[in-house]
Amino acid sequence: MKSMLSIKDLRASIEDKEILKGITLEVNEGEVHAIMGPNGSGKSTLASLVAGKELADVTGGSITYLGKNLFDLNPEERSKAGIFLGFQYPIEIPGVTMVNFLKAALNEHRKHKGLEPLSAKDFLKLLREKKDLVEIDSKLTNRSVNAGFSGGEKKKNEIFQMAMLEPKLAILDETDSGLDIDALKIVANGVNKLKRKDNATIVITHYQRLLDYIIPDYVHVLFDGRIVKSGGKELALELEKKGYEWIKNQVNGN
Amino acid sequence: MKKEQDKILSEVTGTDYKYGFYTEIDTDTFPPGLNEDVVRAISAKKNEPEFMLEFRLKAYRHWLKMKMPDWAHLKIPEINFQDISYYSAPKSQKGPESLDDVDPELKKTFDKLGISLDEQKRLTGVAVDAVIDSVSVKTTFQETLAEHGIIFCSMSEAIMEHPDLIKKYMGSVVPYTDNYFASLNSAIFSDGSFCYLPKGVKAPMELSTYFRINAANTGQFERTLIIAEEGSYVSYLEGCTAPMRDENQLHAAVVEIIVEKDAYVKYSTVQNWYPGDMNGKGGIFNFVTKRGICRGERSKISWTQVETGSAITWKYPSCILKGNNSVGEFNSVAVTNNYQQADTGTKMIHIGKNTKSTIISKGISAGFSNNSYRGLVKVVKNAENARNFSQCDSLLLGDKCGAHTFPYIEVDNANSIVEHEATTSKIGEDQIFYCNQRGISTEDAIGLIVNGYAKEVLNKLPMEFAVEAQKLLQISLEGSVG
Repeated sequence: MKSMLSIKDLRASIEDKEILKGITLEVNEGEVHAIMGPNGSGKSTLASLVAGKELADVTGGSITYLGKNLFDLNPEERSKAGIFLGFQYPIEIPGVTMVNFLKAALNEHRKHKGLEPLSAKDFLKLLREKKDLVEIDSKLTNRSVNAGFSGGEKKKNEIFQMAMLEPKLAILDETDSGLDIDALKIVANGVNKLKRKDNATIVITHYQRLLDYIIPDYVHVLFDGRIVKSGGKELALELEKKGYEWIKNQVNGN
Repeated sequence: MKKEQDKILSEVTGTDYKYGFYTEIDTDTFPPGLNEDVVRAISAKKNEPEFMLEFRLKAYRHWLKMKMPDWAHLKIPEINFQDISYYSAPKSQKGPESLDDVDPELKKTFDKLGISLDEQKRLTGVAVDAVIDSVSVKTTFQETLAEHGIIFCSMSEAIMEHPDLIKKYMGSVVPYTDNYFASLNSAIFSDGSFCYLPKGVKAPMELSTYFRINAANTGQFERTLIIAEEGSYVSYLEGCTAPMRDENQLHAAVVEIIVEKDAYVKYSTVQNWYPGDMNGKGGIFNFVTKRGICRGERSKISWTQVETGSAITWKYPSCILKGNNSVGEFNSVAVTNNYQQADTGTKMIHIGKNTKSTIISKGISAGFSNNSYRGLVKVVKNAENARNFSQCDSLLLGDKCGAHTFPYIEVDNANSIVEHEATTSKIGEDQIFYCNQRGISTEDAIGLIVNGYAKEVLNKLPMEFAVEAQKLLQISLEGSVG
């Protein structure tokens, strides 16, 4: 199996406070990984470092993506190389329609692959196909990016963008937060439909319930800047049953 | 991160202005200085009739008694009017006769600016009056327009060929006593464009004036006069550029528009004078008086401007809505970056009954710049059922720039409705990162966001101009957010 993302002993700090204290994680093609952990454990910091947002200063370790040092690439290069971040809080961009936004993004990706920009006709066709796939309201694409979207619409819109850009590695940061059960199913369905043998997904979540719909191959528990436990999908269930206190006690040696 | 920002900033700001070249041409240039003899000399150079010289002298004498205005939200360095040359003309130019008479260097200059003076080469059917420094070098499509009875020529030619129209209309909307820069312009204006549309004639193509400052140490002082008789229509475009120089140069123009019953004049500007370098050195001081009068019933004036250039912009294209049911519009996008300053807006004067005006102003500030909207909506006592809607939005990039709004509302009629809306927003790093994460570079993200923000106004521009303006907005703001 081909290695997609290889994180080795990654350390990062925000203003001298160490947030990530040596993370090691291997993600191969075709795998779905879930990273779980309580608030403040470093989940979002890890996701943003892979995407290229410099929230924290990297103080040690490495991230290799498809054999390349990820730190050599700026955020848009990482995107074009196939890394997609589903935002925990999708950003509103008033005045810029989803159609224009996606056209700009998609054509950058195509340019990177040496392809011509899509014609208006082909673009709209693709837009329709992907809209159906993720069951997004067709009117949303005529509105400004995330502006005035409900919480659920914003999250669905992230999955829709993922469908349009067909990433190799998708990192979904708390995509389930703030979703009712119907929206949760739609989001999970979208992710499952987009799963292929040659891509990989990292699902970051606080709760187990998303993992009823997206079945992970591996579950990692992040606590206080470290991956303290890894296992199969049953680890998520155990965690749900016993709560994060269980992990806390294990780590603290109680 | 900070270093990266500074790097991007310095890389792009130095090379942005692609119109900054200078053309080596033989010129006939007056020595610097301003006095009555200079005013007389300009008039003599152009073989003007006596009435024109009198108009100029009255204006000059009035100007001497005036003081530079200081009410705008601008820091204007002292301008020494004796250091400026008030007339500079390409030497070989004898008058706008045929294209063969135009100096090849000049033709090349305009080709480089994307303005072809060769009618055969023009695919888009836009008639151009090309003004370089103090004179009009060529007006295209004059014959085609003349077949429709439309007069489109340089101001110098109009003064010679159509003195009655000039006598009747020049100074009728912007009198020579109007303000400091209008008075100065009235005294020493050297050329400009003239357009007359007879009754019922709709211009078959768009008309345009392209202003180019080329010579050093000169100012450009031109006048434009548009007269639209009953039921006529014209869409008029104006573009401006200048070479990059360390010294500031002065541009003080006057535009007057007269619109009769059921006529409509749409006036669009893309102002891209050299804005100065990233440290605020050099650039054009742009002091312009633009005003139109809707004289007849149901007449309409629409001003659309995209202001990206100039070190200082002082400009308030206005409408006097005299005819009943007449309509005035002002749509503006003003961008300031680095150390640019802009104080721009409009005046809508409602005099007739059921008059309507709309103001849409979109300010974009970046760098260390200051961008002000200043607008007056005035409704006189008898202007029954007058309506105004104003929307003034400001967009900030970074935290070292300023956006200001100065709306003035004077309403003396109880049946009128005046609405004013204002918003201020900021392009955030989060928005940029969101775009980056989808593969869109920072520069393109700013372009996307700014064009989305200014869309309402850009949509009002004629097609060809709109594309140009979109690119220009993006270029003007390159490197302003890291």
